Amino acid sequence: MNELVLIAVPLVFAALAFVWPDERSRPRLLPVAGGLHVVGSCWLLVHPPEAAPGLWLGFDALAQAVLPMISLLFFICSLYAVAYLKVRAERRNRLFVFALLLLLAFLSLAIQAQHLGLLWVAAEAATLMTVPLIHFSGTARAFEASWKYLLVGGTGIALSLLGSFCLGYAALNAGGNGDLTFNALAAQFLPLTANPTAEAARNSHPWLVAAWVLLLAGYGTKMGLAPMHTWKPDVYGEAPGVVGALLAGGTTTMAFVAVLRVKQVLDSAGDGAMTRHTLLPFGLFSMLVAALFLLGSPDFKRMLAYSSVEHMGILAVGAGLGGIGVWAALFHVWTNSLTKGVLFLSAGNIRRAANARNVNEVSGMAWCAPQSSRMFVVGMFAITACPPFGPFFSELLLMRTAFQYHNTLTAVTFLGCLLLAFLGLTRQVFAIVDGRPRAAARAMGHRFRETNGVILPPLAFLGLSLWIGLATPPLLTQAWTAAVQLLLPAS
Amino acid sequence: MTNALNLFIGLAIGLNLLALASSRLPSVIRAAALQGMVLGILPLLLERQFQWLVGLVSVGTIAVKGFVIPHLLRRALRAANIDREVRPLIGFVPSLLLGAAATIGAVALGGVLPLQHEHADSLLVPGSFATVVAGFLMLMGRTKAISQVCGYLILENGIYMFGLLLLHLTLLVEAGILLDLTVAVFVIGIIMDRIQKEFDSLDTNKLTALRE
Repeated sequence: MNELVLIAVPLVFAALAFVWPDERSRPRLLPVAGGLHVVGSCWLLVHPPEAAPGLWLGFDALAQAVLPMISLLFFICSLYAVAYLKVRAERRNRLFVFALLLLLAFLSLAIQAQHLGLLWVAAEAATLMTVPLIHFSGTARAFEASWKYLLVGGTGIALSLLGSFCLGYAALNAGGNGDLTFNALAAQFLPLTANPTAEAARNSHPWLVAAWVLLLAGYGTKMGLAPMHTWKPDVYGEAPGVVGALLAGGTTTMAFVAVLRVKQVLDSAGDGAMTRHTLLPFGLFSMLVAALFLLGSPDFKRMLAYSSVEHMGILAVGAGLGGIGVWAALFHVWTNSLTKGVLFLSAGNIRRAANARNVNEVSGMAWCAPQSSRMFVVGMFAITACPPFGPFFSELLLMRTAFQYHNTLTAVTFLGCLLLAFLGLTRQVFAIVDGRPRAAARAMGHRFRETNGVILPPLAFLGLSLWIGLATPPLLTQAWTAAVQLLLPAS
Repeated sequence: MTNALNLFIGLAIGLNLLALASSRLPSVIRAAALQGMVLGILPLLLERQFQWLVGLVSVGTIAVKGFVIPHLLRRALRAANIDREVRPLIGFVPSLLLGAAATIGAVALGGVLPLQHEHADSLLVPGSFATVVAGFLMLMGRTKAISQVCGYLILENGIYMFGLLLLHLTLLVEAGILLDLTVAVFVIGIIMDRIQKEFDSLDTNKLTALRE
């Protein structure tokens, strides 16, 4: 079994979906491909392939630490997508199914990419594949969101390309042999730390700084760190819930992996202090901005976008703390993505039942869509780090790490932002769920049936969020530890 | 060799300024297309011996940046029935002045940054930075979707120019970038088409439904 399977399976199914003639049975290809992908990535997690140095692609420790999560996320989302596309039978689904499968293929490629350029090409392709998913509804608002996503995302990805070239040039100046795989880059820069005043070090340092700034801005845009987060509320507000879940858990994770891989190279070059001192403020600023917007946003799907910005901030803080912080961040990648699945899918149900998105127009959803509302409320408590769900454990570990590293300011700001976010989220969620339903929603609520197809997937996410927190499998904790060791600068 | 190279890079910088100063959309598209073709010639000048892969990237660049993408944009232009950028956010003269200032700044910056010996005389680094800034100015300062796409293309051209410094390392990557860019413009074209149908205009100032 080879790591290429994880890329080939979705590609083959994408091609199959493209030529599949029947609209009604085509969505069923999604769970089949997703199921095979889960089996493949779990198999590879248990029997990791030999990582050969110098290859452009490999299922290394970092890929092992996050890719199984993306497989799981995609599989459960694909089950929901089957039910969703049945409800939306008026829209043609060929492009949607095709793009979803290609997105999975490119995410698998980007996360396994060991080469600076290949990572960029895969990340760009994944960005492009999300565009047809965002405007699936075909409304004017959806096209506006797609346009803004294309412009902001495209510029971000262009900046990261420039950053990649700067990093390549820094390697040339450091006397590199032209090998742009991450491990080779890290090895090329390592001698510089021993003698920072040597000519090679002086010649490559300005390029390294430029590379870090551009790459952080570029991949940070993809992650949705403030102030580059502006596309997020528009896109999450307009995209179908299932796409929102995949974006919030999948593409952002890919961007975070890219940041971690670049950080590994910079840390080996002796610029660890710079990466830490930029990631920490970026993370805290994102958390603060998100928390403030959460207090005021009237649209409950846009609210989820700000929650995602907040959690990307948490990941950046973890990466900025370093050491155990990175471990906690990888843990948080899992807990956040799985919990976001609950929220996006149940919010999608509520949105359909209410036929409105604004807090002022939606109320009494506990009456119209009781099961989705229940899951939405429980999911909200889970994402705001209430025990016993996963995010509680990962965020607790992050807090403890901050105190352990004597970074009290970070810990206090972190807690304050979490509290603000909790206030904002609870206020809105209960405004939607409680009260008397509007007349229009009552009529709509009768039309929207909470079938097993739209209820069981978010319930599965809720179960996974509980499981990952209470009984983290040792296989995963080992994978995260191995990933942290991989990312530490070799000495 | 360096002289010919610098001549072409100078031409590309001139095309930046032309695109920034022009209010007519067809001439902006033409400037971006010409710039793409100029960039396609550069890899051939950089290599002392002819390699088939370099030749392939070169031909691919000229075909995609010089013909395919401009053709898609012109078609969008005809469908939307517009010709001019009216009321840009940053006026034509200010953006021209900013672009010129950025070019001077880029030359100064290129002098400060530590370069490899063989790149010391070439204008690749300043040209690349000047082009990136010009692209950004167009991306932010214009309101018509087509001008913004041209800005994005010019930004991309600047990055491509920078990539030439690493030509022998990243040939395959350049090919991947070209492929991505083609798909990107294809997707952009479709979205523009839909925006045109929904809003009956390609004026991005009308995209205001989504805000806090």
